Amino acid sequence: MSALTTRTGPPTLTGGWRAHRVLERNLMVSKRSWVLVLSGFFEPVFYLFSIGVGVGAMVGDVQVGARTVSYAAFVAPALLSSSAMNGAVFESTLNIFFKLKWGKVYDAMLSTPLRPADVAAGEIGWSLLRGGLYAIGFMVVMALFGLAESWWTLMAIPAALLIGFAFASVGMAATTFMRSWQDFDLINVVTLPLFLFSATFYPLDVYPPAIQTVTRISPLYHGVELVRAFTLGMFDWSLAGHAAVLLGMGLIGLRVASGRLERLLLA
Amino acid sequence: MIEDLVEAEGLVKRFGDFTAVDSIDFTVGRGEAFGFLGPNGAGKSSTMKMIGTVSPATSGTLRVLGMDPASQGRQIRSRLGVVPQDNSLDMELTVEENLMIYGRYFDLSRREVRARIADLLEFAQLTDRRTSKVEPLSGGMKRRLTIARGLINRPELILLDEPTTGLDPQARHVLWDRLYRLKREGATLIITTHYMDEAEQLCDRLVIMDNGRIVGEGSPRELIDRHTSGEVLELRLEEPVGALSGIGDHTEELADRVLVASRDAESALAEVHARGINPAMSLIRRATLEDVFLTLTGRTLVD
Repeated sequence: MSALTTRTGPPTLTGGWRAHRVLERNLMVSKRSWVLVLSGFFEPVFYLFSIGVGVGAMVGDVQVGARTVSYAAFVAPALLSSSAMNGAVFESTLNIFFKLKWGKVYDAMLSTPLRPADVAAGEIGWSLLRGGLYAIGFMVVMALFGLAESWWTLMAIPAALLIGFAFASVGMAATTFMRSWQDFDLINVVTLPLFLFSATFYPLDVYPPAIQTVTRISPLYHGVELVRAFTLGMFDWSLAGHAAVLLGMGLIGLRVASGRLERLLLA
Repeated sequence: MIEDLVEAEGLVKRFGDFTAVDSIDFTVGRGEAFGFLGPNGAGKSSTMKMIGTVSPATSGTLRVLGMDPASQGRQIRSRLGVVPQDNSLDMELTVEENLMIYGRYFDLSRREVRARIADLLEFAQLTDRRTSKVEPLSGGMKRRLTIARGLINRPELILLDEPTTGLDPQARHVLWDRLYRLKREGATLIITTHYMDEAEQLCDRLVIMDNGRIVGEGSPRELIDRHTSGEVLELRLEEPVGALSGIGDHTEELADRVLVASRDAESALAEVHARGINPAMSLIRRATLEDVFLTLTGRTLVD
């Protein structure tokens, strides 16, 4: 048995991000619970069957701008968007809170060359990786239903990732302020109205202008518009605005989450 | 190559109004087993966290491996082995996976880590628990795994925060044996403990901490020679302590017994009997670090 403590080579190099190590750790854990991981794929698919196909049979077609599309084609991108939001929020709130308070996983990480920003970025990256897989799965189902009309539909995957980034970052930042499990009830208070009122199930223009303005505050609304534009192949410059809102939200959230983790864990 | 791996001068740690570490100075040399001995709340763990670069110093200077923790934390941590008080093992992973991912945090290749895991599991006597989850392991096993994990990057300096607190006597001895082995290999260890026997067994040199301050410094032998009379007579008496006046160098009254410090406890006991005092219990022993602590602070180490 060789010496345990004597260094044989030069010290480890230390520059750059190590967020991928956090990702690697989560991958290691999920190898054993892949069924649980897989379950996230079914949520939007079930919604698509029930609302897109079921309710859609009664609703008929919907007018979007100058086009008339089936209700399933209208609602599918919104279901993808809201499931990207829900997945990111779940991953970045409950899971992170548990690790922060009881898991002690981060304490161990921060005794190594990893920094709080690596932890924050790694956890958000992990949530995006999962979200990306679900989005791809959902795309396949959409294609099987004949809802993928052009190659542009594929662009809905990065759009869904952008939604995931925005909500995972803000969710993680919010989690660092939570004191107990009771605080998590607030999350539903926020995400449920977002899910229902972000031009998810009907076009924005069914509302009077005043309420339309309120809806535009919803970050999920911007996500839905972005994803829908790609799946229906209807583009204009407003897309850049929608993307910018989500990107900004994600970057601010990431910044706040890193700073808060530093304060909480490196006291 | 620098010889002092840790240098602290006027080191202070405050949490709001509370001063956990109150301006301490110490150095830890290469190859040394250095201890912080003191009761809970003395500031040992806070000092350890500052050395481990996971807690910024409020004021004073601190150099670890010749570097500044505030700006070179990452470089320092890449060469430290940290064994925290609460283990902070990854409960969602197996024994082996805990070592693997920890090695990966240091950017070691999987191949390299795999090679080290075999040695480390043997060292930690956990080879047959390789694929077990962490939860069912005994306290001693978890502790040994945490030490093995701290060695994955072949650290130059190993920080052990209360290494045997909460372990049964047998598990403590197994652990001490492992730490001796690291000492023999020439590792530099920093150990915090509130057990005087642990400090005596493991530390080449130690500082005694109380209320955030260092109240004594030296090898266990030096401290005992400097601050005690060498032997102690322990008595349980009916009479007031005053009856012992003039016997020994110093008497200390505890809740359940009286300690008489003396160069020759045997003669002191003879004198007690000669005065017609019949103690309910009498015991002669060599002075320990516990007595040093009592002399320096007027209190016992473990309450």
